[in-house]
Amino acid sequence: MALLPSLRSVITHQLHHRPPPPPPLLSIASFLFHKPKLRRTTCKNLSFSFSSSSKPITLNPLATPKDNTLVFKKDERLVADNGESEEKAGTFSTIAAIVTSIGGPPGAVGIVRLSGPMAVDIVGRVFKPVKKKKKKSSGSGSWRPTSHVVEYGVVLDRHGNVVDEVLAVPMLAPRSYTREDVVELQCHGSEVCLRRVLRACLEAGATFAQPGEFTLRAFLNGRLDLSQAENVEKLISAKSVAAADAALAGIQGGFSSLVTSVRAKCIELLTEIEARLDFDDEMPPLNLNLVMDKIHAMSQDVENALETANYDKLLQSGLQIAIVGRPNVGKSSLLNAWSKSERAIVTEIAGTTRDVIEASVTVCGVPVTLLDTAGIRKTDDIVEKIGVERSEAVALGADVIIMTVSAVDGWTSEDSELLNRIQSNKKSTESSTPMILVINKIDCAPSASNEWNKVGNSFNEHVFTCAVTGQGIQDLETAIMEIVGLHQIPAGGRRWAVNQRQCEQLMRTKEALVRLKSSIEEELPLDFWTIDLRDAALALGQISGEDISEEVLSNIFGKFCIGK
Amino acid sequence: MATHNLNINISGRLTRHFFTPLLFIWAAPTRAGTRTRTRVLPIRCYLRRASNFSRRFSVVPSAASASGSPEWNIDERFDVIVVGGGHAGCEAALASARLGAKTLLLTLNIDKIAWQKDVFIEKSYVQPCNPAVGGPAKSQLVHEVDALGGEIGKVADMCYLQKRVLNTSRGPAVWALRAQTDKREYAMRMKNIVERQWHFIMVRLVKDMSTANLCIREAMVTDILLGKNDNVEGVCTFFGMNFYAPSVVLTTGTFMSGKIWVGRTSMPAGRAGESASHGLTENLQRLGFETDRLKTGTPSRVDLRTVDFSGLEPQHGDEEVSWFSFDPDFHIEREQMCCYLTRTTKRTHQLIKDNLHETPTYGGWVEAKGPRYCPAIEDKIVRFQDKESHQIFLEPEGRNVPELYVQGFSTGLPERLQLPLLRTLPGLENCSMLRPAYAVEYDYLPAHQCYRSLMTKKVEGLFFSGQINGTTGYEEAAAQGIISGINAARHSDGKSLIVLERESSYVGTLIDDLVTKDLREPYRMLTSRSEHRLLLRSDNADSRLTPLGRELGLIDDRRWKVYQDKLARVSEEKRRLKTVRISGGDLAADVTRLSGQPVKDSSTLESLLKKPHIQYEILDKHGFGNGLLSRAEKQCVEIDIKYEGFIVRQQSQLQQMVHQQHRPLPPDLDYYAMTTLSLESREKLSKVRPQTIGQASRVGGVSPADITALLIILEANRRKAQEQMRHQVLASVRADSNQQSEGPLTETISS
Repeated sequence: MALLPSLRSVITHQLHHRPPPPPPLLSIASFLFHKPKLRRTTCKNLSFSFSSSSKPITLNPLATPKDNTLVFKKDERLVADNGESEEKAGTFSTIAAIVTSIGGPPGAVGIVRLSGPMAVDIVGRVFKPVKKKKKKSSGSGSWRPTSHVVEYGVVLDRHGNVVDEVLAVPMLAPRSYTREDVVELQCHGSEVCLRRVLRACLEAGATFAQPGEFTLRAFLNGRLDLSQAENVEKLISAKSVAAADAALAGIQGGFSSLVTSVRAKCIELLTEIEARLDFDDEMPPLNLNLVMDKIHAMSQDVENALETANYDKLLQSGLQIAIVGRPNVGKSSLLNAWSKSERAIVTEIAGTTRDVIEASVTVCGVPVTLLDTAGIRKTDDIVEKIGVERSEAVALGADVIIMTVSAVDGWTSEDSELLNRIQSNKKSTESSTPMILVINKIDCAPSASNEWNKVGNSFNEHVFTCAVTGQGIQDLETAIMEIVGLHQIPAGGRRWAVNQRQCEQLMRTKEALVRLKSSIEEELPLDFWTIDLRDAALALGQISGEDISEEVLSNIFGKFCIGK
Repeated sequence: MATHNLNINISGRLTRHFFTPLLFIWAAPTRAGTRTRTRVLPIRCYLRRASNFSRRFSVVPSAASASGSPEWNIDERFDVIVVGGGHAGCEAALASARLGAKTLLLTLNIDKIAWQKDVFIEKSYVQPCNPAVGGPAKSQLVHEVDALGGEIGKVADMCYLQKRVLNTSRGPAVWALRAQTDKREYAMRMKNIVERQWHFIMVRLVKDMSTANLCIREAMVTDILLGKNDNVEGVCTFFGMNFYAPSVVLTTGTFMSGKIWVGRTSMPAGRAGESASHGLTENLQRLGFETDRLKTGTPSRVDLRTVDFSGLEPQHGDEEVSWFSFDPDFHIEREQMCCYLTRTTKRTHQLIKDNLHETPTYGGWVEAKGPRYCPAIEDKIVRFQDKESHQIFLEPEGRNVPELYVQGFSTGLPERLQLPLLRTLPGLENCSMLRPAYAVEYDYLPAHQCYRSLMTKKVEGLFFSGQINGTTGYEEAAAQGIISGINAARHSDGKSLIVLERESSYVGTLIDDLVTKDLREPYRMLTSRSEHRLLLRSDNADSRLTPLGRELGLIDDRRWKVYQDKLARVSEEKRRLKTVRISGGDLAADVTRLSGQPVKDSSTLESLLKKPHIQYEILDKHGFGNGLLSRAEKQCVEIDIKYEGFIVRQQSQLQQMVHQQHRPLPPDLDYYAMTTLSLESREKLSKVRPQTIGQASRVGGVSPADITALLIILEANRRKAQEQMRHQVLASVRADSNQQSEGPLTETISS
């Protein structure tokens, strides 16, 4: 310990203006660690005011006269008015992602993790702790968690609906994986729950994390040790591969083309407006109504995309598939085979199923509820009659109707009658529920498929199955995905992530367009519109990160006759 | 040796400025320790009182650099040499001189300082665009240079022929003041300022004493003198003179290897015998500087007296004149002249179509494309066939000159066709042409060879600025000029150089673009180039930059007080508007009528101002305004209130981004060794050598993934360095303690 006094002298020597800190090694480390920060503050003040450079220049090997002083002055007029709150915005944005594995069989618990300076704020917006009775209600609503203390509560979506009940685990900076504020939401393990919770977080202002971004931040914030850097690099190079992959996959995807086209529209509008700002006296006046129409059309596109983005809707409710048909065509067997369970009782007796039976399966990550119904027929049995009524009601409310017939019996008049009843019901409620014809018991009667083409017109698809062997179930799933527009998403997690990202882009675009509309309503001048248009274009272009200014300029010069 | 010079330099500088015995006590006795000592008191004092002192005491002859060795008294030694007397050169020389550096301005022809014009009559400053100052984005540059303490705004305010604010129907961020100036008067005024003459002002006389240490000399620079450490030591002229200085600013404009084209005929853009300036290009290339070629053009000039204006649409100036300068002493209204608008006719188009083969571009003998924002008339006609007519602006060039600038009518047609072409324009049927239209080709130095301080990466102390960096326009030149002047002076003084961040100003955006992006054409500032337009307005250029100008020493006490008073009045007024409430009455009725929105009882004036179409004038009209405020101040108040939400949002977005983007990059990174970067970005980053992460991300071809990879490498390097240092410190501590315990104490001290 004879080291200590001299060590202290080293420290005081270097830190001049500070009182000598308590000695041990740690403080050297922290001094070294904080050095970049010190330098940055030096840079902010001009070196004229030597307040910050009371450490001798010779001691800092980097502060040669060549060193540049960076100047970013604030607007004094603004600072004078509201000289506050700039510390809040840290180095990074706040990211969120599902960090437990998805795509496989659901675990009991899944975790959504948020990291970044706004993590607590964002969770505060979606998470409502279930309060104990006696606890004083901290009125203001802002969530002020104690670090590393688990809280129980629910996650609400934008409309205040309960999404899931969760445990929130706040880990405040720097005592967390990333050394930022981290909040983990432990949800139920099903993919649906996790995605909905994630979505709520994204809506509340988080950004979707890039693959490996938590680890990256942990590293950049000095959390992981050096040997782990390599792994992070690998992760990131994997990321660019994934990005290229995603871009490639995107070429065909419906979302992707929409993103591209909306972005192109944004750029086009920007071109129109910006050209007038820089070349005011050379341009014909802008047709404002036309611009507004375009903006409305564009936001409609985005809205529609977001609304009809099938998976989006499916994530909220899942798919409901009703299996209907005459008695004893094998509806319950189909359900059992599909859900790989003995959920429904199967007998040779027609009319075994009296009530609606539910079973859950996952198709390409989408939760599907199968509804087995009582065979629809005219009956005097009072119980069966109620069952039939229920079947019809269920068929009406389902997202997809599977009508099952028996290959052994062929298309019967009862089938026709049943079809008519369903169709007239559909007509009266003006629904257009897609229908799939399943020809079951194919193993018992290998009949020619031509026979079924004539009735096929009423159906979107027809599929041959054998419920006993499970043959054709795969085809059935594909058919369903195609009908609801999810066929382009193959099973497995990654492609999902791509779409999730695009969905986030669309959401940001939507927000920008909403702001834009309000600017228009408030009759703000034209150049204010560009701010949000630019935001929208940026949100849509994030994957490739291109330079909007240059693109707009090229367009201006390409499109308009300007310049003197 | 280096430190020795530095010390003398500082004390010399200080004595010139302070002329106070106190300083001698501090500066004189401790030669070796001056640096640290002077720091303690005098610089602080310099900071606060610099301009004050310099105004009072710089009358002391500049030879008062008492404490130097004899060689420092020779005239040819300076702190800063500025080569070229155009807009960039003048701003650079003035800024440097005002910061206390002994500055030499070398120009080809003293009579033509800041001459705005033409190679044909004048070779010292090629500027083939019209004598207008300002316009979208460019006006912001002028305001910003003025806010920093530059001249261009003041001179333009003094010499305007006509002023208009463009984009008035848009938001405040794109309002743009444009002035047609008198080209002769402009040059004269600037020359007077540079030559430390009195400039006469109606209100009062201001003697700009700060230019006392600015010398001017006619000379043609042909080479750069290099020191041992790749540092600049001075310049060498055609006639064999050497001038020495630790900082040299090159602002030679389009003069380097300039070549003029009229039709198929070309000539070097210099008088016969002046081809020597070709030498400069070659000598720079010999030093390893990369040069490239740009092209630009200028329309013909016609004799104003031969134009029939009666049928033309006049364009008058604004009735209420706005100003570039924030200094009210320079706000002197003058009589305005009128510009006129004419249009191309069918005959114009026909004549051009018939002779397309005679134009350089379509005849195919010049490949270089001109700037996209300045297309030749034939380009417009070919590319936009469906347009039957194009606007042509007729702009006077001075009160006492007959030249009329035919804006929008530059052409590459041969001279013999130019007059017939002009005569197809209504009003110009009988005109006589004073000067033909022509195109200029010239060398420039792609600015990725400069840091954002505008100092070159290759040669320490050498600065490039103005058209030499590939820009066009006076405003861009002046903006670079003032920054390079400031930094040249600071460099000669051993101080750190300043860099205006992109987010701080259009000046910063300009320089960041120049050193980061590839140029395809002469760079012109446009509002669409700034991502933060709303925050970089004309009205707040002073509150963004004047404090910096003050810190640097370019804003004197009077000007500083003017600024602070303005700031105080604006914020006081905003406070007043927040507190004064009205219920009903004429004002409320008027507001309801104009905005279409109801006015609640006991609304604050602030809330009224936030409604659409409600301007401060409404308050004035009903007696609720503040008569003490100038029009500009009222505008500030109105903008701050009306667009508060937007401004705050942008500000916070900016703040978020800035933290990330301003992370510095070490200058000696080996990008080629970074295998995780894409090949393209390795190449581009090695070439540009960005100074911050933000700048790196703006280099073309560098993807976000590359930036992430770069961050990782930086962090890894930092850790390694940290590890090493810890070892070293531990080792030295161990050695220290060993020595202490073993060896005698005296030995340690003597070593």
